[in-house]
Amino acid sequence: MNWITRLIESPKSILGGAGKNTPEGLWIKCPDCSVAIYTKEMERSLMVCPKCGHHHRISAELRAASLFDAGTFEVMDAGLRSQDPLEFRDKKKYRDRIRDADKKAGSEDAVHNYLGDIGGHTVSASLFEFSYMGGSMGSVVGEKIVRGMERSLERGCPYLLVAASGGARMQEGILSLMQMAKTSAAAKKLQQAGLPFICLLTHPTMGGVSASMAWLGDVVLAEPGALIGFAGPRVIRETVNQELPKGFQSAEFLVEHGLIDDVVDRRELPAYLKNTLDKLTERPYRQVG
Amino acid sequence: MPRSYLEFERPIAELTSKIEELSGMGKDAGMNIAEEVEKLTAKRDILIRETYKNADRWQLTQLARHPDRPYFLDYVGAMFDDFQELHGDRAFGDDGAIVGGTARFREQPVVIVGHQKGRDTKEKIRRNFGMPRPEGYRKALRLFQLAERFGLPVLTFIDTAGAWPGLDAEERGQSEAIARNLMELSSLKVPVICTVIGEGGSGGALAIGVGDRLFMQQFTTYSVISPEGCAAILWHDRSFAQQAAEALKLSAKDLEGFGLLDGIIPEPEGGAHEDLEGAASLMGDVLEKALKELLTEPLSKLLDSRYKRLRAMGVFTEA
Ligand SMILES: [Zn+2]
Repeated sequence: MNWITRLIESPKSILGGAGKNTPEGLWIKCPDCSVAIYTKEMERSLMVCPKCGHHHRISAELRAASLFDAGTFEVMDAGLRSQDPLEFRDKKKYRDRIRDADKKAGSEDAVHNYLGDIGGHTVSASLFEFSYMGGSMGSVVGEKIVRGMERSLERGCPYLLVAASGGARMQEGILSLMQMAKTSAAAKKLQQAGLPFICLLTHPTMGGVSASMAWLGDVVLAEPGALIGFAGPRVIRETVNQELPKGFQSAEFLVEHGLIDDVVDRRELPAYLKNTLDKLTERPYRQVG
Repeated sequence: MPRSYLEFERPIAELTSKIEELSGMGKDAGMNIAEEVEKLTAKRDILIRETYKNADRWQLTQLARHPDRPYFLDYVGAMFDDFQELHGDRAFGDDGAIVGGTARFREQPVVIVGHQKGRDTKEKIRRNFGMPRPEGYRKALRLFQLAERFGLPVLTFIDTAGAWPGLDAEERGQSEAIARNLMELSSLKVPVICTVIGEGGSGGALAIGVGDRLFMQQFTTYSVISPEGCAAILWHDRSFAQQAAEALKLSAKDLEGFGLLDGIIPEPEGGAHEDLEGAASLMGDVLEKALKELLTEPLSKLLDSRYKRLRAMGVFTEA
């Protein structure tokens, strides 16, 4: 069974936030090649434009359905809720932003945790949901990532992180900054336990998420065309007062500069991960004695 | 160099120049001038105390960036002996925005690492205004690991607006360099004590800020984003920085309230920039006490406690 049949069997549409740029949500116009594609067709190709290969945003739910072996995965660590320790308010109250995000993108905050099989390997996974406040990392995101890593430690299984985030969540101030340290410390435990940690960086992965656990995998992959970096292009432009070269901070740019391992097409990801995990878990040399 | 004054320090500046003017009139002016000077000086002391005691978060932000504030190397001179600076990341270059090396702290050999801003224009440029590039963080990591090999405690000193957001920094992996430091510091097999001595600017600060103890000097800030940056994003207008500073809760007292600090290090009357020696002595006493405690901890307990500290950071509820 492949992901297409799995999707067809899926009880409800798991399109997520995409497809809203057309009147009935029936069509999606690809920003890259300008071709209009049936939403259903786009879902079937995992939100990758069948014409030009442009990787559109994909919900955590749809990603999970395409990633895990059919019928093997479940949602974990649900029910964690953001608080408002700073009583933060800009033009809008943080509490209201949370409420609106819950309505728009579900109450799982910006990371969904799963346990499931990929190519026969049980994997603990944390998948960012960008449509929830730009995938920003606050206390709930940090905690869920650490719990996902701890699940790997308990079960002795690999851990997968799929990042899509603007960075730290400003509305949780210094506590959101500290999630960088917390998740990076837990990543060290995976390393010490000899458990494979795979990161997939998707569009966009910036700031505090890129500068912590997202770049700490044993293998760091990215999706084609994804924007990945520490500082955002606008900030860089304003700081150095010059235009950025085309493709700057793209996944392809990062491979060229030796900063990530490879760029992987979303449609080939499950097979790619199976191949990687097969080799990283076999241990032909026992390292004892 | 003449002392510089911030906007909200202007009443202090005015009083100071009045005192100087009167003092300058000299002996011929008679007794009542001396009396007046004495009176004004007392008034100035009270004004300084009140101004700083009631500083709001935006004023604290400015104090943390005060051009006369002691920088890392000033404290190196005032607090440490036998400092030997160790340069470079062994791969690309030597980043002037982060300085580190071996030193003696109250006789104990240690490794020290800190952000370094610049005092004059030339030095500011050489040190990139204290905003490190990846090679700065990688130099810091190299020194942390040197410390680990030789059982030397690490003292870090945070004072940066943030990691450098430039093309070169991105090309050389700014994110990766910061991430690596967070991970390695979390498990470094020697005591690590971190102190904010000015601006604690986001990931660029945290990259040398993960340890067993975190202290902040009284008039410093620590924040996920600068008030200006936050205002630009959430208010779409940098001029809302003052409101953003309040909203971000970035003062030492705020962090203490969140349970993230091991202590606030008091500063001399009128701030560290009024009295370097005094500030160094107040800070040294706090660090010495913390170091004494940590040096007697068995390694497993040290690392366990450090992980538990990090693990517990965050506020959420669970259904
Ligand atoms: Zn297309």
